[in-house]
Amino acid sequence: MFGKLTFDALQHDPLQDGAGFSMILGGLLIVALITYYKKWTYLWKEWITSLDPKRIGVMYIIVAFVMLIKGVSDAILMRAQQSIAISESAGFLTSDHYQQIFTAHGTTMIFFVGMAVVFGMMNLVIPLQIGARDVAYPFLNSVGFWLFGAASVLILVSLVVGNFNATGWLGYPPLAGIEYSPGEGVDYWIWILQIAGVGSLISGINFLITILRMRCPGMTLMKMPLFVWCSLATLILIIFAFPILTATLGLLSLDRYLGMHFFTAGFGGNPMMYVNLIWAWGHPEVYILVLPAFGIFSEVVATFSEKRLFGYASMVWAIVAITILSFIVWLHHFFTMGAGANVNAFFGIMTMLIAVPTGVKVFNWLFTMYRGKIHFTTPMLWFLGFIATFSVGGMTGVLMSLPPIDFQAHNSLFLVAHFHSVIIGGVLFGFFAGFAYWFPKIVGFKLNERLGKYAFWCWLVGFLTAFLPLYILGLMGATRRLDHYDPSTGWQPLFVIAAVGVLLISCGIGFQILQIIVSIKQRKQNLDTTGDPWNGRTLEWSTTSPPPLYNFAIIPEVHDHDPFWATKHAKNKQVAEPHYEPIHMPKNSSIGFFVGLFSLIFGFAITWHMMEISVISLIAVMACFVVRISENETDYYIPIEEIEKS
Amino acid sequence: MKKKIHFAFFTLLFSGMALASILYLLYGDIAVLNPKGIIALEESNLIIISTLLMLIVVIPVFILSFIVAWKYRAGNKKAKYDPDWDHSTLAESIWWGVPFAIVIVLSIITWKSSHTLDPFKPIKASTKPITIQVVALQWKWLFIYPEQNIATVNFFQFPEKTPVSFEITADAPMNSFWIPQLSGQVFAMPGMKTKLHLMADEVGSYRGSSANISGKGFAGMTFVAKSSTQTDFDTWVESVKQSPHLLSLDAYKQLATPSENNPVASYVLTREDLYNWIVMKYMMPMKE
Amino acid sequence: MTDTATTHHDPLQEAYTKNVFGFWVYLMTDCVLFGILFATYAVLHNNTFGAPSGKDIFDLSFVLKETIILLTSSFTCGLAMIAAHRLETKKVIAWFCVTFLLGLSFVVLEVTEFAHLVDVGNSWEKSAFLSSYFTLVGTHGLHISVGLFWMIVFMAQIARKGITLVTLRRLTCLSMFWHFLDVVWIFIFTVVYLMGVS
Repeated sequence: MFGKLTFDALQHDPLQDGAGFSMILGGLLIVALITYYKKWTYLWKEWITSLDPKRIGVMYIIVAFVMLIKGVSDAILMRAQQSIAISESAGFLTSDHYQQIFTAHGTTMIFFVGMAVVFGMMNLVIPLQIGARDVAYPFLNSVGFWLFGAASVLILVSLVVGNFNATGWLGYPPLAGIEYSPGEGVDYWIWILQIAGVGSLISGINFLITILRMRCPGMTLMKMPLFVWCSLATLILIIFAFPILTATLGLLSLDRYLGMHFFTAGFGGNPMMYVNLIWAWGHPEVYILVLPAFGIFSEVVATFSEKRLFGYASMVWAIVAITILSFIVWLHHFFTMGAGANVNAFFGIMTMLIAVPTGVKVFNWLFTMYRGKIHFTTPMLWFLGFIATFSVGGMTGVLMSLPPIDFQAHNSLFLVAHFHSVIIGGVLFGFFAGFAYWFPKIVGFKLNERLGKYAFWCWLVGFLTAFLPLYILGLMGATRRLDHYDPSTGWQPLFVIAAVGVLLISCGIGFQILQIIVSIKQRKQNLDTTGDPWNGRTLEWSTTSPPPLYNFAIIPEVHDHDPFWATKHAKNKQVAEPHYEPIHMPKNSSIGFFVGLFSLIFGFAITWHMMEISVISLIAVMACFVVRISENETDYYIPIEEIEKS
Repeated sequence: MKKKIHFAFFTLLFSGMALASILYLLYGDIAVLNPKGIIALEESNLIIISTLLMLIVVIPVFILSFIVAWKYRAGNKKAKYDPDWDHSTLAESIWWGVPFAIVIVLSIITWKSSHTLDPFKPIKASTKPITIQVVALQWKWLFIYPEQNIATVNFFQFPEKTPVSFEITADAPMNSFWIPQLSGQVFAMPGMKTKLHLMADEVGSYRGSSANISGKGFAGMTFVAKSSTQTDFDTWVESVKQSPHLLSLDAYKQLATPSENNPVASYVLTREDLYNWIVMKYMMPMKE
Repeated sequence: MTDTATTHHDPLQEAYTKNVFGFWVYLMTDCVLFGILFATYAVLHNNTFGAPSGKDIFDLSFVLKETIILLTSSFTCGLAMIAAHRLETKKVIAWFCVTFLLGLSFVVLEVTEFAHLVDVGNSWEKSAFLSSYFTLVGTHGLHISVGLFWMIVFMAQIARKGITLVTLRRLTCLSMFWHFLDVVWIFIFTVVYLMGVS
């Protein structure tokens, strides 16, 4: 019944033990605090069973922050190892452990930070910006979040019980096949991604229908805020791309569990097929991560320049172009696999075409600032940092889209520096900008600006210090994923500089943690009493901070972009007598949480080949849905008196 | 005043970092930018040309960002404030058009260079090419010389100014065969045959490695590619032929078992179709 | 495409169109999933590694039986939905029972085919072709089985609650699912069996 699980799985080297222990201790501390302050009922009623996207969004962001710290800890270990490992014995990590760390680093950052902030931001912002009271499927919203939560817990469990995948964040076979990786590591990784992937797909469908069907009257597609447009594009990408991930990982698991031969080296299997399939998902995935960040920047730049976004239609067409193009470039991730000059050249040209609409967006942002009144708040600083880092990342990306150049850069640290430039500069800086921008709206008080700026400068200088050396190292012939190297290569000084960069980034994170603590302490002095702390332009700023459960007592009607700005500056400000109606809202539900819980058990059980428990937990998940379907009263009405009160 | 100091400080800091990086690239020991073979040389030139073409757009972006951010800061009362101006056909035409034109130029370069620098394309030269068969193993590289009937591990030698034609496979997970000073890389995959062609300009020893993770011992998969004069090469081949180690099929199977940090080894090749046997092993059920 | 705020909109009516639309989008993602399995089959179907190929193992008359059963079940499902729109609860349950039995026969036939192949030694472990065959056809069979499970659940619910806007909406989604699987089967029949044998 316990499959492959034995007590050996708890055996690790001292460093892994240390990490595992501190994680468990941290978890126990949190549990102790919640018990001490008697908050379990509150947590259950207000957060765990909540179907309010504002609550679900906050939970996504909290998980994202925790996972960011985990991911950066992985990075610190990697940089430390590489700055001293001038022979196999010189480092403090074994090869196998090092390989698990960079695999976990990539997996954590992409799925549990990147996707988490994407869905977190969508939950928090989209309903408010489109003048809606909720998402299309509130129950499925909860399910999507708890599936994500289950996968997050599973990846943390993999730190303590057994080993993780050591083949890289995309796990190419034959290395990730059962022959070369017989342990539980790849299986952990497969099921973590499958559970998270299903969650992403469910949430993706949810928000697509929300945007298409729940916009307030007057808000045609071409009047939506840019963040909503970018989210729409992202959702289309999610819907087409995530099934590919599910299918591909499914095929790999069939190879590993049932001895099939999709991607094995012999018996007719074709590992190159896996590379194609995983990148057919993988390339849209990186646009899924970055497009919402572009949307955030559009909001931030317009608001803090006190000016309309320049070239709205152009921006929309640029997003459409990027979305379409992102489906026909995937081969640029493996030019070196030998597809031939015609195929390589075609994909190279398609890839460099994406630079055009992306550049258009940058120019439109700059021209939004032109003849505006620019306020250098923290969000605006993150935008400027993005311009610096993302431009370098984009340029090196176009460089590598020429196949012969890629032959010299593929899998080198030049590649690693490129994708970190665009992910950190784009996705992460975008998220940080959005976080500072919308924090007052969701929480009710502003963040401490000074600490925010310190965090920004540490991140920007740290990023450049950590990654400029990597560009150079790549051109010196250093490949990625090396746990040691010979000193005669001359690489060590650059690795040491990069390690200093990571320490600076950690200081940035330190300032961000401090910022949150200090802001909470000082919240009474920084209350957002108007609901519009930044002189905003879009509908979310027309509500209180935080907004009521139902967002809008009266569904707004819009006539233009920046509808709130228009209302504020309208010539005749008629204050009509508001006519309230009872508001239809969903009740809380614990079923999403249980779907997550049983999925977690399923993921763990099937990783360890505990077949009976896997089947039972899968049945339990189905049972949850049957229970939900049988429920009679899932909604209620908020009476008019309660609306009038708030 | 404080803002000006901040602005100036960070401008200097970033310019300093950019300058330091560029200087390092120009004067450091940068393999890809200091090529010793004609393929790597053309790839290096491509990098430089493409970078310059893109700077046509990127430098104006940086300059524009600085100027706009400074001039239109809220504190500057002298700057014009035009809150509803959000459209300009001329501006749009320029920033859709100019980058598009640059991409067209780059596309033409891409099409041409993808063909001329296709790793599968043989190099035309006055000297006769030599063939080396490469097998990526766990965690070392085997080099088979089918014409000379010798084989080596983690080292191979070849004459300068002579086209070298590699046929590459793996008896291991996917690897990537890469000698950055001589040419770009190509994947080494089990059951597949890829090709690479290069030619060294001068004598020298060049570092090679695997550029795709293939397991625990992946970081140790380095090898040396040595180009020498023709006479030195002939002498070396003769000395390898005196090697007491014979690479039969059994000896190969022994060699192919997982091992790390293999020292350089030389063999006389006794199984002539060894390379083909290794490739075909994955294609159909094999008898010996 | 916007949601018009009339003075008293019915959340149940809204939910009907929204849910059906959302389920449609889910079916499109399922389409992509099957598309990947088809693409994989297309790439690998000639990689028999010495083991039998499609010609050797496919029995077209058997597959014809399966196809007729499944197509008929789609027809009976359609009849059930017509009855549902007429609020004829008993007929709905009856026609879905027929659909269920036909679907079950399909699954039984398919499992028999698979068991036979494994018995004579042509399991999915023998070659990439066999792996991709079992997976593509098997995934479809798994979807059918899930559909059968939901049929039971919904019939139980219809028996208790009758045809309401909510239950009608759920039946609509189920029937869309069932018809979708029928379409996928037609592709399987053509690409795998017909083209495999020629």
